[in-house]
Amino acid sequence: MNSLFDNFGEKLYECFIEHDMWRLYLTGLRNTVIIAIGACLIGLIIGIIVACIRIAPKKNPIIKILDGICRFYITIIRGTPVVLQLFISYFGFLMFLRYVDFFGIKQTDAIFVAIITFGVNSGAYMAEIMRGSINAIDQGQMEAGRSLGLSWAKTFVKIILPQTLKSAIPTMFNEFITLIKETSVAGYVGILDLTKIQSYVTFQTTELFTPLLIIAAIYLTLVLILQQIQKFIERRLARSER
Amino acid sequence: MNDNMAKNETEFCAETSPILSVKNLHKYFGKLEVLKGIDIDIQKGDVVAVIGPSGCGKSTFLRCLNRLEEPTSGRIEFKGETVFKKERNEWKKEWKTLLTKKGTTEYDENAVKEAELSYKELRKKEKATEKYVQKHINQHRQKIGMVFQQFNLFPHLTILQNITLAPVQLKLKTKEEAEKIAMELLKRIGLEDKANVYPSTLSGGQKQRIAIIRALAMEPDVMLFDEPTSALDPEMVGEVLNLMTELANEGMTMVVVTHEMGFAKEVANRVIFIDNGVIKEENSPKEFFENPKDERLKDFLSKVLM
Repeated sequence: MNSLFDNFGEKLYECFIEHDMWRLYLTGLRNTVIIAIGACLIGLIIGIIVACIRIAPKKNPIIKILDGICRFYITIIRGTPVVLQLFISYFGFLMFLRYVDFFGIKQTDAIFVAIITFGVNSGAYMAEIMRGSINAIDQGQMEAGRSLGLSWAKTFVKIILPQTLKSAIPTMFNEFITLIKETSVAGYVGILDLTKIQSYVTFQTTELFTPLLIIAAIYLTLVLILQQIQKFIERRLARSER
Repeated sequence: MNDNMAKNETEFCAETSPILSVKNLHKYFGKLEVLKGIDIDIQKGDVVAVIGPSGCGKSTFLRCLNRLEEPTSGRIEFKGETVFKKERNEWKKEWKTLLTKKGTTEYDENAVKEAELSYKELRKKEKATEKYVQKHINQHRQKIGMVFQQFNLFPHLTILQNITLAPVQLKLKTKEEAEKIAMELLKRIGLEDKANVYPSTLSGGQKQRIAIIRALAMEPDVMLFDEPTSALDPEMVGEVLNLMTELANEGMTMVVVTHEMGFAKEVANRVIFIDNGVIKEENSPKEFFENPKDERLKDFLSKVLM
């Protein structure tokens, strides 16, 4: 244990500052953040749509079919590990994306595969989070809206959804935080994400332990930032409670 | 002369044709029959108090009127337009009973065929009606105001937004018009200083009065009240009842499910007693309270009036 932290300052310098090593971390950080933000947006959109379909009154057959598809999607996504999903996308369904490069992101071909995979993965969890908070809202809200002559859809968008988003924020941020850390498996398909950087640094400095600590600190910082954002949003939304 | 007569006739018609008409309304929750055939006509300007023991189906009846609750069978008309119509169950029953006689001497194949045909024809007709009603139900609901026991204000919107949301979203009024009307209504109940606060800051009585003017902002033809004072502290009941009395005096048509016997006595012009899913007694308030005929009602009144 002692030897791990011997000359720690020196090792830190060697693994982070010498030879502009921090640039490597920065690349990793950039990729991780891009994947996380992209996936988060996709997840949010999928989540809202899927939750809406699952919650809608099952009157016509089209909604029934869509509901079946959504249930299947959630079961499959939640029932398999995300690494496996990433492999299945990378070597299968989304292979074509590996050869696309736009937005000038070149070096990491697989980044779009990762964004979509993590997004689709996150969407399933997000949908269940949303569905939970929609169900938690008093049935009287929908009735009040309908009794005023608003359609189901309008009541849902104007009355139910805003309240849902508010009550779902803690759980949603939980999901975002999980998502950021889940992206650490992107290295499996050759994406130079934050975790993958460790092997590069180790290769150059023969130092194994210190870069891991540095990377852990960076993840921690990311999560702390996210927590602050959550606090800020919650405080703003709490206005209506005062 | 002719004009006058025509005018008189339309006025006559307007007075006699009920604003809400319910015929043979049934409602099942699964196997439990909650409403067992309710018939009532509500005229313009009527204030109908609906009383009865809890679980007797009075709230269900009220909620069926604007189809927040789906009736099982019967007919509901609002201003002469169908809100709900499903009367085929009887026909089906008749057809099925005829079928059961198969094998006996009474079995008449032609009668069965006829019953089947007329049932299927009716089903087709009613399905078409239902499709039409579904398209227009939101328009009917705009004109049927509803006030709930739990107020059901929208907690994420300010009081002003609560009131203006529906008229603006339904494009009945511009934002400015709606806000002007909302402020007038708020002034009327003395809460204009609360326009920009959120519902959570208000007392129960204030919330319920806001809920009432939220419904009023839609300029409804009839207002349904579902136990509007049951969730209130005793000291706040008065302010809500006062507002309702005011509305009644202005000629608003109201159907009020309530436990407030005082209100039923003083304000309503008709009182109905629902028990076990049927209207057991209907009368003017004076007769109703002083001279109840139904045994169950006598028992009920002796308990609530003490």
